[in-house]
Amino acid sequence: MASATTHDPSHAGHNAHDHHGPGPWTRIFTTTNHKDIGSMYLWFSLVMFFVGGAMALLIRAELFQPGLQVVQPEFFNSLTTVHALVMIFGAVMPAFVGFANWLIPMQIGTADMAFPRLNNWSFWLLIPATILLMASFFVPGGAAASGWTLYPPLVTQGGIGVDMTILAIHILGASSIMGSINIITTILNLRAPGMTLMRMPMFVWTWLITAYLIIAVMPVLAGCITMLLTDRHFGTAFFNAAGGGDPTMFMHIFWFFGHPEVYILILPAFGIMSQIIPTFARKPLFGYASMVYATASIAILSFIVWGHHMFTVGMPAAGQLFFMYATMLIAVPTGVKIFNWMATMWRGSMTFETPMLFAIGFLCMFTLGGFSGLVLAIVPVDITLHNTYYVVAHFHYVLFPGAIWALMAGVYFWLPKWTGRMYNETLGKWHFWLSAISFNVTFFPQHFLGLAGMPRRIPDYALQFADWNQISTIGAFVLGFSQLLFVYAVVSCIRSGKKAEQKQWESADSLEWTHLPSPVPYHTFETPPDLRGVKMAGH
Amino acid sequence: MSMNTMNIRNVAPIGSRFLLVMLAVLVALMLSPITVFAAYDVNIPPPATSIATQIYGLHMYILYFCAVIFVAVFAVMFYSIFKFRKSKGAKADVNFHESTLIEIIWTIIPFFILLFMAIPATKTVLDMKDTTNPDITIKVTGFQWGWRYDYAADDFGFYSSLSTPWSQIGQPDEKASEAKGNNYLLEVDHPLVVPVGKRIRLLITSNDVIHGWYVPQLGINQYGIPGFIKDTWFKADRVGTFKGQCSQICGKLHGYMPITVIVKSESDYAAWLVESKAKWGAKKHAAVADAGDDYTKAYTLAELKTVGEKVYATNCAACHQANGKGLPPAFPALSGSKVVLGSVDGQIDILLNGKANTAMTSFARLSDTEIAAVMTYTKNSWDNSTGKVVQPADIKAKRKS
Repeated sequence: MASATTHDPSHAGHNAHDHHGPGPWTRIFTTTNHKDIGSMYLWFSLVMFFVGGAMALLIRAELFQPGLQVVQPEFFNSLTTVHALVMIFGAVMPAFVGFANWLIPMQIGTADMAFPRLNNWSFWLLIPATILLMASFFVPGGAAASGWTLYPPLVTQGGIGVDMTILAIHILGASSIMGSINIITTILNLRAPGMTLMRMPMFVWTWLITAYLIIAVMPVLAGCITMLLTDRHFGTAFFNAAGGGDPTMFMHIFWFFGHPEVYILILPAFGIMSQIIPTFARKPLFGYASMVYATASIAILSFIVWGHHMFTVGMPAAGQLFFMYATMLIAVPTGVKIFNWMATMWRGSMTFETPMLFAIGFLCMFTLGGFSGLVLAIVPVDITLHNTYYVVAHFHYVLFPGAIWALMAGVYFWLPKWTGRMYNETLGKWHFWLSAISFNVTFFPQHFLGLAGMPRRIPDYALQFADWNQISTIGAFVLGFSQLLFVYAVVSCIRSGKKAEQKQWESADSLEWTHLPSPVPYHTFETPPDLRGVKMAGH
Repeated sequence: MSMNTMNIRNVAPIGSRFLLVMLAVLVALMLSPITVFAAYDVNIPPPATSIATQIYGLHMYILYFCAVIFVAVFAVMFYSIFKFRKSKGAKADVNFHESTLIEIIWTIIPFFILLFMAIPATKTVLDMKDTTNPDITIKVTGFQWGWRYDYAADDFGFYSSLSTPWSQIGQPDEKASEAKGNNYLLEVDHPLVVPVGKRIRLLITSNDVIHGWYVPQLGINQYGIPGFIKDTWFKADRVGTFKGQCSQICGKLHGYMPITVIVKSESDYAAWLVESKAKWGAKKHAAVADAGDDYTKAYTLAELKTVGEKVYATNCAACHQANGKGLPPAFPALSGSKVVLGSVDGQIDILLNGKANTAMTSFARLSDTEIAAVMTYTKNSWDNSTGKVVQPADIKAKRKS
């Protein structure tokens, strides 16, 4: 075993116990091990995924029929708000950080993250933030009910729940910034000899770029919600016209954060795809260099397109045209990525295990979401679709089969490495097909609802929207409950899966597969592997 | 290793069997008689202005582009999936992983396709933004939760809000007592009326939070932002009724803030104008909703209570509930409320000015009689039996001060 040679003899026996020192409870609070923290991030995000999902199902239950049956309108608004915040900041972002923790040190050939204690702190900050966010439902006035975009002056009307949300976002932002500093430092400083930047696996590349995005925009969000807080309590009028402020300014600042945020949620997903597709096509990633450049271009463009969220505020024609052109331009590097993945499959030797199924599903559905994004970039069309269900369909197409399927594909892909056990393929396939079909039943009709003019964030609707809404709700419940299969697949893999091999996927070529056994030992690469002169696939 | 190869053999049949079963389920769901409304609209409603027509055309144009590209790209992918599978003995061509020429080609071609989309879109944007030379200018003011329309040149204005009764909507713990009408949630008491074939310029703003004046058939979706006025325009090409809703989340009753625009022939519009000026014109400065409102008259408790009950049902019941118990803590009960049972002045103050940092907005737009009536109603309903009567003159006095 290659890894045995990387172990310091005095640490022999780690594999057996994985750990020495404090008991399991002290360990989860004090651990600085990137694998422990990665797992904690992933479990946390799985729980939040179901919390956010339960809210989504309450929303869909209310929308099953016209009229008010399940929840009050004010609570409905809180549900839409907190569903989004939980999914973005509680489920998707922490899940990608969990992947980063697990994979980056292994893929660049180092022992751990650069700042292990900061790493522990980044994770544990999530807990008070989540408690604040969830507790806001139980305070007078309820949780924030303004939509996750928190537009003033509506958000100023909310109660203490809004302040708790603002504080929660502050803490989550701090956690993300610390995580990003850690990731950037690790990638730039701790690569094994010979692991040059342009030899790094794409997952590492996408995270490097994502981490810069986070550091660039999280402080902008923090500033923006701090201004909200002072407007609410300390007599300022940043966003209050009566005091010389401007509600539109909030939108500009918020979306200057918000659009790069969209790419924060999707770039690491691109990274996971770029690991999985070549593995199952048994061919190196097509156009590695152009994939790196395309990712960087998307990240840079993401800073100059925020206005496309604001076409209906009444900006001048020049503003609308600038943001339209810039937004359309993003289709170019995104297209390059899709084409490269297609070319990776071309003349490959493909098999279709669960991770690959999710990857192919990702390609189809994400592209569809990309096209509806292009439709929305066209100012006049956006005017008629802005704030309708078309937009809801669009961003769920890019976020569910985009970000979340990439995460699930990644879990199936790396579970054998992480746990040393293989998941059950049949279960994985059931999970994929149920998700794929119910996802489309849920969200495809929402395009029609939006085109027909149904606004989003309403608890009740006119009769002509009833049919598609019913179908959407049915799909949503199947989709929601199908995800329990995922939990079952993961838990049964950990408890009783068949033993996995070191290189479970025959064509996997990153260091965790080529240099480390399955399951990976608690400490790996205490001595970095020397990769100078070593031939690496596709380079 | 063996696991991999073993799986391959099982994968294809299991995959396709799942697919078939799931497709069958999907088709069954689509055909099953779960629906009662049978209005499967799938596209933008028929446009009624030149802008909306352009929007409709642009959307179809781009949709076709996207559909063709989607089919072409995924045809290639599915061809790969069927042709280059290991189970069919495909050998990976590991050297096919880099080509600068290909990369350049698939960077440049999409760029030109985008140009073809951008050019017609630009034309429409410039057209939409040209608000010059209006025939009629109407100011639209959103408020929580309804709209006010002011016909500046004709010196009158009126409020427009949802007219669907709450008995059709129902509550989570209380079934709707009345069947839902055809225009459920899309009907208003006083629609916006405009003449056909005239350029109408709208000046859109808001009194409280951001609202969105959205009527798809007119090709308009414009935020009303408090403290700012944004403009847009339309020219209806036919007579008819066009419906829309508030598009921007604006609080509890965001979903209950419809818009109805009636486009009339020029002569019908002229007649409506005369009638409306008589109805709303004289009182425009008093900011009252209805004509025939005589604040000097003293009413009896019973008279005020009858009117008050109606005013309450339209304006208050959504939050404070028909039974006066409210939905605490956001919407306090009025039954047994200290404000209602307390001083008349205090209650008038809240009704006229709203309460800061709560959803309680100003109801100054109601007439003196309406406010007096609804106050009398709240003071003498449910557990409240003060016997107190509030007269329109009290409100008038307070408005002035």
